[in-house]
Amino acid sequence: MNFQAIKAIYLSEMARMFRTAVQSIVAPVLSTSLYFVIFGSAIGSRISEIDGITYGAFIVPGLIMLSIMTESISNSSFAIYFPRFIGTIFEVLSAPVSWVEVVLGYVGAAATKSVIIGTIIFITANFFVDIDIAHPFVALLFLVLTSFSFCLFGFILGVWADGWEKLTIIPVLVIMPLTFLGGTFYSISMLPEAWQKISLFNPIVYLISGFRWSFYEHSDVAVGLSIGATVGFLVACLLVVRWIFKTGYRLRT
Amino acid sequence: MPAILSVQNLNKTYAGDFVALRDINLEIERGEIFALLGPNGAGKTTLINIICGIVNPTSGTAYVNGHDIASEFRRTRALVGLVPQELPVDSFTTVEQTAAFSRGLFGKPADPALVEKVLKSLSLWDKRDTKIIALSGGMKRRVLIAKALAHEPELLFLDEPTAGVDVELRQDMWKVVSRLRDDGVTVILTTHYIEEAEEMADRVGVINHGEIILVQDKRRLMRELGKKQLTLSLNAPLDRLPATLGAFALELAPGGSELVYTYDSNENRTGITGLLGALQEAGIHFNDLDTSQSSLEEIFVDLVKRPQ
Ligand SMILES: Nc1ncnc2c1ncn2[C@@H]1O[C@H](COP(=O)(O)OP(=O)(O)O)[C@@H](O)[C@H]1O
Ligand SMILES: [Mg+2]
Repeated sequence: MNFQAIKAIYLSEMARMFRTAVQSIVAPVLSTSLYFVIFGSAIGSRISEIDGITYGAFIVPGLIMLSIMTESISNSSFAIYFPRFIGTIFEVLSAPVSWVEVVLGYVGAAATKSVIIGTIIFITANFFVDIDIAHPFVALLFLVLTSFSFCLFGFILGVWADGWEKLTIIPVLVIMPLTFLGGTFYSISMLPEAWQKISLFNPIVYLISGFRWSFYEHSDVAVGLSIGATVGFLVACLLVVRWIFKTGYRLRT
Repeated sequence: MPAILSVQNLNKTYAGDFVALRDINLEIERGEIFALLGPNGAGKTTLINIICGIVNPTSGTAYVNGHDIASEFRRTRALVGLVPQELPVDSFTTVEQTAAFSRGLFGKPADPALVEKVLKSLSLWDKRDTKIIALSGGMKRRVLIAKALAHEPELLFLDEPTAGVDVELRQDMWKVVSRLRDDGVTVILTTHYIEEAEEMADRVGVINHGEIILVQDKRRLMRELGKKQLTLSLNAPLDRLPATLGAFALELAPGGSELVYTYDSNENRTGITGLLGALQEAGIHFNDLDTSQSSLEEIFVDLVKRPQ
């Protein structure tokens, strides 16, 4: 294992993130805070409680997940797409590193950033609503697992994309709808029976449900299933990244 | 000790069935400066990129210091440095940061003193805190060289290092190359400026249409393939060549005051004695004579134009 390389990639990616701190940290935190103002304070007070949880508090885990998923994908896909686009990827390809170092460096940095954003949003949410976390370590586990797996997914997207449009189209066409339909703003049990069944095919339901359970012990699906689904997604992404580097798909001609 | 680089039966076919390399075999000796000459599209960059791990070979392999570039890529890549033909740089980092990054990426512990030495040798030390976006093209090339040297490679590839580069940088680059040679680093460079290969290289390889058509010691190559020219400065200019001299490979220079005779220095008989006799008979007198050997460039053009 080339630890120096992991450190070099990780630190240069973190430096890049702090260079663009306004865009990469302030912007997502600000936009999520607007949801708290609108739903938590303005509209939320008119919506009835969900299983004894005020609406404003109910949406906090979902909003943190929404933010983490979109930020993870966009940051991580950009982190690998950009060097491919300008050609600096040649150096990584010619370096004594395997997919393991590349993942720990690039994806590790992007995931760190997501965890930081998630934490800031959580702290910000406390200004608007009262939140108690029932299972802090489970919450942290979900935060880290989600950040890492969606950063891996973004990494794959960034390798696959051969143009800027493709880079933005997947988050907009696939991830956003799945997230909004995944129970960010409501409990699946509030849907008609048929839609509840369909929702179980949406992987994001498991993430949000599990994360919300760690806060309020309220979940749409069993928490073990949520953790299993998240770990399964993570492993699937890892295998794809490993395959990419073994074959050189879209990296080596 | 194994050869620093041994390329064996290497083939590359790009998508679309374009054959870029055909059965390349090449041995590079430790510490030598090897110039790979070939016209545009000959396959020079493809060959270098395969050895560095940027392009997948279709078949065959290469060994760096006895290690297979595919199965032992960690060991081979740690030994190899590359200065690419294009100028891909991370615009928003500083010169010093990017050099230190390369060192780490190649698994070497941080060494600010070494990075400083490398930057100084490339006249980049004053610019160490400058963001790369603010540098000129020539400076960016210096940065790429610094990045490659920062991880102390034992085998360095310079892919067309002097294409479009100013005189000052070219001189600095050759200084760096001779210092590397003194340190025992093997350098493989591709160039269009044949005088550079002539000046710097120990051996020359010529590649054309994806095939290596010749690998030879530079001096021997020039001697063996070298045609010589004998130039005679005439006492009185001639209008045209007298018919009696028609049997000789003679040319009358524009102006008519010089006669140029081309001969092969490898032949036992150069024909010079006969020519001088014939000139005497024709009543043509000269006051000076000079010989010159054809350059590597002429040899090269001759080689790649030769029908296969
Ligand atoms: N990625 C690629 N896909 C298809 N053909 C390529 C690719 N890269 C290079 N080639 C072709 O392979 C040949 C050799 O290219 P290259 O190795 O860059 O030559 P050189 O460096 O000697 O100029 C050229 O004809 C080029 O068009
Ligand atoms: Mg080239």
